Amino acid sequence: MNILEVKDLNMSYKTIDGNVDAVKDVSFTVKQGESFGLVGESGCGKTSVAMSLLQLQADNGKITSGEIIFDGQNIVNLSEAELREVRWSGISIVFQGAMNSWNPVVKIGEQIREAMREHYPNKTKDENTKKILELFEIVGLEDSIIDRYPHELSGGMKQRAVIALALSCDPKLIIADEPTTALDVVIQDQILNEIRKVQDVLGLSLIYISHDIAVIAEMTDNMAVMYAGRIVERGPTKEIFANPKHSYTKSLLESTPSVVGDKVKLQSLDGEPPSLISKEKGCTFAPRCPYKDISCNPELDMQLKEVGPNHYVDACNAEKV
Amino acid sequence: MKNEKDIAKSIRREALKKNWRLFRRSKLGMIGIYIVIFFFLLSILQPILFLTGVWNKGIYDPVVGYSEQFQEFLVVECPTEYPTEKYKNRSDCPGRTEVNVRTLYYSDAEVGDYIIQNLQPAPPSRQHILGTDSLGRDVFSQIMEGSQVAFILGLLSATLGVGISTILGTIAAFFGGKIDAYLMRQSDLILMLPTLPLLFIISAFAELQVWHLAVVLGTIGGLGGSVITIKSQALQVKVKPFVDSARITGGSQMNILFSHVLPNVAPLALLFMVFSVTGAIASESVLSFLGLLNIDMSWGLMIYLAQVEGFIFSGMKFWWLILPAGLSVTFLTGGFYLVGRGLDEVFNPRLRDR
Amino acid sequence: MSKNLLEVKNLEKYFEVSGGLFSRNKSTVKAVDGISFDIPFGSSLGLVGQSGCGKTTTARALSLLDPKTGGNINFYNDETSNMQSIDELEGEELKKFRRNIQMIFQDPYESLNPRWNIKDIILEPLNIHNIGNLKDREEAVYEILKTVGLTPPENYMPRYPHELSGGQRQRVSIARTLIMKPKFVVCDEPTSMLDVSIRISIMDLMLNLAKDLEVSYLYITHDLAVARYMCDRIAVMFNGKIVEIAETEELLSNPIHPYTKRLISSIPIPDPSYKRERYELDFSELDNIIANNSDELPMAEVKSGHFVATHDVKGLL
Repeated sequence: MNILEVKDLNMSYKTIDGNVDAVKDVSFTVKQGESFGLVGESGCGKTSVAMSLLQLQADNGKITSGEIIFDGQNIVNLSEAELREVRWSGISIVFQGAMNSWNPVVKIGEQIREAMREHYPNKTKDENTKKILELFEIVGLEDSIIDRYPHELSGGMKQRAVIALALSCDPKLIIADEPTTALDVVIQDQILNEIRKVQDVLGLSLIYISHDIAVIAEMTDNMAVMYAGRIVERGPTKEIFANPKHSYTKSLLESTPSVVGDKVKLQSLDGEPPSLISKEKGCTFAPRCPYKDISCNPELDMQLKEVGPNHYVDACNAEKV
Repeated sequence: MKNEKDIAKSIRREALKKNWRLFRRSKLGMIGIYIVIFFFLLSILQPILFLTGVWNKGIYDPVVGYSEQFQEFLVVECPTEYPTEKYKNRSDCPGRTEVNVRTLYYSDAEVGDYIIQNLQPAPPSRQHILGTDSLGRDVFSQIMEGSQVAFILGLLSATLGVGISTILGTIAAFFGGKIDAYLMRQSDLILMLPTLPLLFIISAFAELQVWHLAVVLGTIGGLGGSVITIKSQALQVKVKPFVDSARITGGSQMNILFSHVLPNVAPLALLFMVFSVTGAIASESVLSFLGLLNIDMSWGLMIYLAQVEGFIFSGMKFWWLILPAGLSVTFLTGGFYLVGRGLDEVFNPRLRDR
Repeated sequence: MSKNLLEVKNLEKYFEVSGGLFSRNKSTVKAVDGISFDIPFGSSLGLVGQSGCGKTTTARALSLLDPKTGGNINFYNDETSNMQSIDELEGEELKKFRRNIQMIFQDPYESLNPRWNIKDIILEPLNIHNIGNLKDREEAVYEILKTVGLTPPENYMPRYPHELSGGQRQRVSIARTLIMKPKFVVCDEPTSMLDVSIRISIMDLMLNLAKDLEVSYLYITHDLAVARYMCDRIAVMFNGKIVEIAETEELLSNPIHPYTKRLISSIPIPDPSYKRERYELDFSELDNIIANNSDELPMAEVKSGHFVATHDVKGLL
């Protein structure tokens, strides 16, 4: 059962320098209970995709076309009031740097209750508190945290509280956008563990967004690789790591150092990610593609082709790679 | 390496173009710039008119010019009781083109005669767009002279003030400790002092001319609150990695202060400069209006003369003695302020809406 | 050459923190609490640890940005062919000495002066130390821009930092750092703020330059995988102390100290079929061990070149 279906989503921002097409023809599905990864570098559009799902993009951003079908309902053209019902109790999100967005003068418990009151206006304060304590247990926080102020918590604790906040209204799908970027690797490991546990216990679906493919490898069942606003490769995680087809995916895998296995010489990519303002048609990766040859036609519009079981690649000649 | 200079020039041009585009987006800034340009043109117009001989200095000089304005008047005798069939009340007699026989001491004219008299201040006419004042001086020329004064005074005091506060603020941030403590207390002290009363006191002791006023205003402004703001900006720059980098390379304190910290504080200082021009022009008007400034001609002086000679209370009858000067002060200070607002958006990317 | 370029003995950096508005108590934060290591010529050492462990403080002390509170830093002196303590240096000698140690910073956006163009930024070290005449200096800038891959140099020299990307800016930092041909460069996480696809090219550049110019690095990072790529030896820091130091492959395949084991086992592996076993560790226990030992924790040599900080070697093995 698909909890989320994104079809040909397009989103762009209006800026003084022109229209920035942050999300171009993005399509993917997330099954109930599964973990879906979105990987790419800065500026590839992954955060924009996350924001579009909840229509939380900045004021100058607009979804220009496409469908977002959540739990059977297309949520793109919903009114603000209807969207508010979907947010948090349908889909919730852990933002990048969310641990720093706690209000410093309000206790943690109170801030979570505030969110719950929006969606469950009829529940009493005690009922809400009980729920919060249950969530704290799942994410590994002590009960006393509910009455603490944000500055009394460490980074790891704050992030766990953010996850509890995201769970507070029983969402079916959580989007986690780089939830562990600012954290130490030891704490990151603990948080990732908590997220996995939460998923198992509550049967949640998860969209995990990161630039770190090692984390994606460990956390996700299916994944998509994004470049310059487009999805260039999509499929089961194990399949993509074993059989990367797109040259960008290959480059990403080849440029990640690892602590296990043999020490290998890594491959780097020339050039920089393109500006999203350019209205280029065709393959935007062409300038940097290390597998380019004479038959490569960069004018060709990108299209996803199936190259394996559920494994789609967007490349001018998928066979080549 | 030959192309380097060309590339450098084109880069500078592009940067200027981009900044100009950003500035243009600010409607306020553009309005401000038009106003400032307008007054600037006024101030250079006057010497041009004199030099090219279009204007005769004897007539149009704002201080010593004299223009005869003769007009024919009908001699009448004003009745003692009102209303009469000709005049509704006392202020209607004598009318615009009439003169009361009782005020003619040195003339043999009788009621019913036509005499020719000198009419100063004269209302706007073909030769004098804004009329003349009570001494026969062309008002438009005076406005232009006042514009020159405003620009010179404003820019001089602003430059001086900003120069002082930038150097002091940067020193306070850089050296910290006792120097910082002293400079901050000094700033606090100056902030406490009310500027205008202080100027009154100073003018009581010493005769203030425009240059003196510029120096005084510049110094007071420079030692005051802006030191604190510039210091906080300099502190932010001081801890940036590129300053560390310069230290590791072996740069001396002075070197780092002048070549690294100061240039990064300069944009903020420039912003201050624009805003402080408004204060300078306004202060001059107030002081002149109170007659405390030794100056030949300025907008404030024009209003001062109008008040002292009693023309202000005659309502709109002698509007050209008051309105042009007053509006000029308002518009020019407003104009500079708007330019400052526009510049703020260029320098402060966060204020822009993407 | 197996001579040492740098010898650090018991480096200490303490900070005094006042206890509050009305408290007279000053507590001391021991950011770096007695660490020792050597860096031989032509070799690189990685300093790995989590945030707050003291690695950045160490970097700043070594590059003489902040004065140390205690310990010795000895540097090889060319002229006397002997190790010389940097405490003896001041004034003009200190300035001359600074040519030997440089630093590359983490943030490519803040480590270049936004008001200077690239040419001036790279020229600055040459100007400060009065090397050659103007023409020589400009040529040196031209050459080093080519070396770091910013070609054609004429296109980059008149530009300003905000016109370059993060990767390009780091290359400028590298150029500026290496134009003086220093012997020792402290690198404070220079690639952590760069995109993943760019990191390798910067790291490869640094490795190549290290070989060509015979520079030794102290590479500071929280990412063990990066340290593995860049360094011959790795030191693991925790709470201001070095807990383990060994050659890279030895450390990764044979970690002894519990903290090292925990650290290595926490790193996600870019391979979905790899089963990672997390090494459990009671952190409060570890804190106690380390904090209560105000005396120097002896570094026991468990294998040639592999040192572990512990009182009880047998217990760990």
